[in-house]
Amino acid sequence: MRTLLSVLLTAGCTPALAALNIFACTPEWGALAKELAGDRARIFVATTAQQDPHRIEARPSLLARARTADLVVCTGADLEAGWLPLLQTGAGNPRIQAGQPGYFEAAAAVTLIERPASLDRAHGDVHAAGNPHLHLHPRNVAAVAAALAQRMAELDPKEALHYRARADGFLRRWREATARWEAHGARLRGTAVIVHHRDLAYLVAWLGLREAGALEPRPGIAPSAAHLSELIALTKREPVKAIVRSAYSDARPAEWLSAQTGIPAVVLPYTVGGTPAARDLFGLFDDTLARLLAVAG
Amino acid sequence: MLRVVCCAAAFGAASFVHAQNPELDQLRNELKKLQLRIEEIEKRQSPPAPQAPAAKPVNPESAFNPGITLILQGTAARSSRDPEQYRISGFAPSGGEVAPPGRGFSLGESELVVGGNIDPYFRGNLVAALTPENEVEVEEAYVQTLRLGQGFTLKGGRFLSGIGYQNEIHQHAWDFQDAPLAYKAFLGGRLSDDGVQLRWIAPSDLFVELGTELGRGRSFPDTERTRNGAAAWSVFGRIGGDVGTAAWRAGLSFLRASPQGRSFEDVDSLGTAVTQDFTGRSRLWIADAVVKWSKLKLQGEYFRRRESGTLGYDDTAGSAAFGAVSGDYASRQSGWYAQAVYEFMPRWRAGARYDRLSRGEVSNAIIASGLGPASGDFPLLMSDHDPRRTSLMVDWSPTEFSRLRLQWANDRSAEGMADRQVLLQYIHTLGAHGAHRF
Repeated sequence: MRTLLSVLLTAGCTPALAALNIFACTPEWGALAKELAGDRARIFVATTAQQDPHRIEARPSLLARARTADLVVCTGADLEAGWLPLLQTGAGNPRIQAGQPGYFEAAAAVTLIERPASLDRAHGDVHAAGNPHLHLHPRNVAAVAAALAQRMAELDPKEALHYRARADGFLRRWREATARWEAHGARLRGTAVIVHHRDLAYLVAWLGLREAGALEPRPGIAPSAAHLSELIALTKREPVKAIVRSAYSDARPAEWLSAQTGIPAVVLPYTVGGTPAARDLFGLFDDTLARLLAVAG
Repeated sequence: MLRVVCCAAAFGAASFVHAQNPELDQLRNELKKLQLRIEEIEKRQSPPAPQAPAAKPVNPESAFNPGITLILQGTAARSSRDPEQYRISGFAPSGGEVAPPGRGFSLGESELVVGGNIDPYFRGNLVAALTPENEVEVEEAYVQTLRLGQGFTLKGGRFLSGIGYQNEIHQHAWDFQDAPLAYKAFLGGRLSDDGVQLRWIAPSDLFVELGTELGRGRSFPDTERTRNGAAAWSVFGRIGGDVGTAAWRAGLSFLRASPQGRSFEDVDSLGTAVTQDFTGRSRLWIADAVVKWSKLKLQGEYFRRRESGTLGYDDTAGSAAFGAVSGDYASRQSGWYAQAVYEFMPRWRAGARYDRLSRGEVSNAIIASGLGPASGDFPLLMSDHDPRRTSLMVDWSPTEFSRLRLQWANDRSAEGMADRQVLLQYIHTLGAHGAHRF
């Protein structure tokens, strides 16, 4: 009887080992939370790298996880506008409401680029707060990491030192890696590319790539035949080295253009898990650079 | 600044190289210390502190405006039977908007959705439909709690009931232009009531949700009346989760209503007007399941209803052959639909749906007595017909804000009549980016 009781008690106590229940909207923030919290958190990642972050549904499993989350880590800037509000209103969890410490927006820690001067959907699916695909610039990742570690410490003050130490360690390794990427990526500066969507804008800006054109005539608008033929004409005028798209996007427009022009189509992981090599945030940038350098010549 | 000091120190150190070795060591040490300090300071500065985003100039009056979404829809339809005469044989008319869209061009309901957080504790939402008949209909107007905690959410006002699967989904988000036959026959298209709803989500990785509603009984299957307290009561539970990359949800709902004098117009065997009404108890069970896997969505619901009470028959306004008579009435009826929608290429979807209702068992004491109206005097209720319908659709959404749909249906809702319907529908959304339910 006593053994049974003690077994039951221990079983009841085990979840207390993981201090924070973290709900990450996208794989990059799940990976970052893992770097910062280590085994102090139970992390659930709501989406995979194969899913278009603009087109996620508030499926039942997400509601269930949002119910028990202590901290929701999302991009913000309207990227999750189509599904996160449903989790916030439907999960019955006061901790993750906007304005609460349990709701963390990465976009609040960095300065967004491409904030539209005028808001009109005639320009496509524009984001009012600016381009939300901010994690493809290492400096943004570092800024978000610092802010997120602080938030974790705030939510789990007993372990504040743990988060701080892990953040210091991560940021040190991240700085070293960033220096390495920037050194290797230096020869990409000025390379002309055609992108699929504006989701690579931060990467383009960081590496100094030149975006010669985009497969989507406007954000979120599918490439039309007329637009694709314009791009063919463009490749004849300009020395475009690659047609770049994210792993989750439709492969056909990029492959079609590649077949027509002979310019290599490059699939970038976009986020952690997008390619086999992008196992974590370091792998994400390593692989992104390797794939770009392979075609830059 | 520090770099300058450091360089000066280094330069100074270099010029003493040959003179004094102990001093050189000392300088070297100092140089090292300075270098370490520089590194430390650089470390602290990098990454550069993010600039605070420039405050957006806002108009203080409009800064707190709620999110506003406007949905415009309309149809161009062609049907072989007059939609005005639409009936579902074997089932009492629900009084809801269940008829197919009118022939030719017609405007659908223009929906205006206004919603936002009221304060840290409540959220409010209004869905007003501007009907093509130039009326304003309040579809939903509710407040809900945000901070009740422990998985509880309380909603009050007018809202789409949480029973079934499709009931809570607004028409513009449906995969077909019209509601499944079971929704039309058992709920008048959908159940929307004035009342309160309490939902609870279990703290588990498996999605488990329980909910209950108390309502005024504003619409079919209930009838509105003056009464203290609630008339309609419902309870629902559902579970859901992921299997691999597929997401699923299954639920069971129960609705109890007690209609009083729920009346509708019919004709007797000679075609003269008759009014029938039902007073009693109505109990409806709904089992629903949805699976979404990659680009495929499967959805199905099964309805089962038991009604028992008194049926009234009144032909005084028509032939006055029998006058007003009444008798016991009981029915056990059911219906189901299943549909599949597949995105066969980006932005293009195709779907198929099959609907079927079973008239089931009906016992009507008025007929059984043999003295009053006979079976033929209840052409609607006593019709021996199991309504069914097959629908196909293709839709194209150039962006997530616009959709064009072509839909075809062979509707055998009414006995002995096949209604072939073809329609073209547009659904366009302006304004705030609305969130869509699973």
